[in-house]
Amino acid sequence: MSSQPSTDAAAPARKSAPSASRGPSVPPASRRGGILLHPVFWLTLVFAGLMIAVPLHGNNVALREDLVLVAVAIILASNLNLMIGYTGYVNFGHIVFYGLGGYVGLYLATVRHWNLVLAALAAGVSVSLLALLFGVGILRLRGAYFALATIGVLVAVHSFVSNFDPFGRSEGMYVSFDSYAPLGGPMRALWITYFLVIAVMALSMILSLAIKKSKFGLGLFAIREDEGAAVVLGINARVFKAVIYSLSAFLPAVAGALMFYKNGMIDPSIAFEYMLSLEGIVMLMLGGQGTVVGAALGGGLYERLRSYLLTSPRLSNFHLVIAGGLLLLVVLFAPGGLIGWLYRLAPRAQRVIE
Amino acid sequence: MSALLEVMGVSLRFGGLLAVSDVSFSIAHGEILGLIGPNGAGKTTLFNIVNGVYKVDKGKILFEGTDITNRPPNDVVHLGLSRTHQIVKPLNGMTVLENVTVGACFGRDYMGLKPARNAAMEVLERVGLADRAETAARSLTIAGKKRLEVARALAARPKLLLLDEVLAGLNPTEIREMVPLVRGLCGRGITIIMIEHVMQAVMSLSEHVFVLAEGSIIAEGTPAAVAADPGVIEAYLGHGAAKKWGAPHVQ
Repeated sequence: MSSQPSTDAAAPARKSAPSASRGPSVPPASRRGGILLHPVFWLTLVFAGLMIAVPLHGNNVALREDLVLVAVAIILASNLNLMIGYTGYVNFGHIVFYGLGGYVGLYLATVRHWNLVLAALAAGVSVSLLALLFGVGILRLRGAYFALATIGVLVAVHSFVSNFDPFGRSEGMYVSFDSYAPLGGPMRALWITYFLVIAVMALSMILSLAIKKSKFGLGLFAIREDEGAAVVLGINARVFKAVIYSLSAFLPAVAGALMFYKNGMIDPSIAFEYMLSLEGIVMLMLGGQGTVVGAALGGGLYERLRSYLLTSPRLSNFHLVIAGGLLLLVVLFAPGGLIGWLYRLAPRAQRVIE
Repeated sequence: MSALLEVMGVSLRFGGLLAVSDVSFSIAHGEILGLIGPNGAGKTTLFNIVNGVYKVDKGKILFEGTDITNRPPNDVVHLGLSRTHQIVKPLNGMTVLENVTVGACFGRDYMGLKPARNAAMEVLERVGLADRAETAARSLTIAGKKRLEVARALAARPKLLLLDEVLAGLNPTEIREMVPLVRGLCGRGITIIMIEHVMQAVMSLSEHVFVLAEGSIIAEGTPAAVAADPGVIEAYLGHGAAKKWGAPHVQ
């Protein structure tokens, strides 16, 4: 096209210099090497490495139990970010994936005696497929109506599971002690599941980065900005939304399977903790929705704060009050969250920290 | 020569309002077709029908002989039919370059991210937005946003481009800059249908004009002939206007 004969419009194009000089003005996303050379990719690996090395050093079990919750928060926030931050669809019922994954994983690992990793993957796949099914239905809705429907999904799944015999109805399921035998006994099993959860955490962040740097991600951001315009520009919004909804279910479901196996039991009220579903949104707002590092940072920090408040004798009943206040402050004074604030202080950071 | 786009007997009703009623027209390759008419005549609705935003109640639309009636907009883009919006729809949180990259990525060629970015940069130079590539779309002026609309549509490499009032809201200088841009597109082999109120621009750009009023085509022909048509004058100015004014005024 560019080499076509001259016209009124082509003239200015030729005037503005050979394309070589435009090189630096093209944003960094077009660098060669893809995400493997991206700083956030390496940051994720180093972070995951530290999460494993630090508690392992000196067999610090208490620290491990703290950090596993941080990892879960990061997993939930990162995957929720795919919907809220990337696509602009608020999902109030994101925890449903985590809980369902826990149920499916636990069922396969304890009742059917599957290998833990296989059970967790199967949980991820089946919950993703279910999400795809839900997604095709409820993603016809937009804005507040979609958000309401996600609450509907959460409540519906909760009551279904509470009445589903193979999943132990409202009493839930327990992991028998000998289920840990294949992993070399409970002590080792706890460490192994911890490592796996950390791996899922790292994968969540890398998945977020990979999507953000892809054509698919560009399409999602376009949908977030203006779905009508996105469709007119050629994006099949219906398919994009269903795929991302389903994708955002996969790793949380895997994490759920691992976590509830590690905890040794599951019941509907802990699997589908409504409050945690809402707190996921606070995590995103706090860290900065739409960014990989922001979601992780928000998830990690919020989880630490929450654990501190819950275990503090004087403040334990106030943790949601403080969470609500925090959300209010963030929305009012730093609508872009911590990362948005960083971007404002140092705009160049946008090129490095996604 | 066969028509690029053929619209045959298209009708659309919104509740009690017949927004577009039995409209037929066609456009050949390389033409610039003007679509004019008073406010509320159904011009934008007609665009929305052609690119699939609205589904028609009756009628048929052929694009290069392919039936595209009621195909969703994202499908139609892949065939080579792009449009701009009268009320601009920039992807506000994204940069100008990203906006246009979206157009290239999901357009006719379905380009990969990197070639799309290069193509987008090329288009931005062509429409004169290259120096704003890294600014957020929301911070463009209205003239800039209209250019962005055009750039995004162009990045999709359309065969047919629907321009919905790209000149509305621009000042005379900006209009003077925009007119050669549109003419240049046609020189590159892009067929154009433009909705426009700025008659001066329509006169200088298109040889053939349709007039839409209350959902139907009431006149067609060269811009000068159409502007002199008593039916058209009445549609714009009310009953009896043609007689009162005597000779048509064309501004």
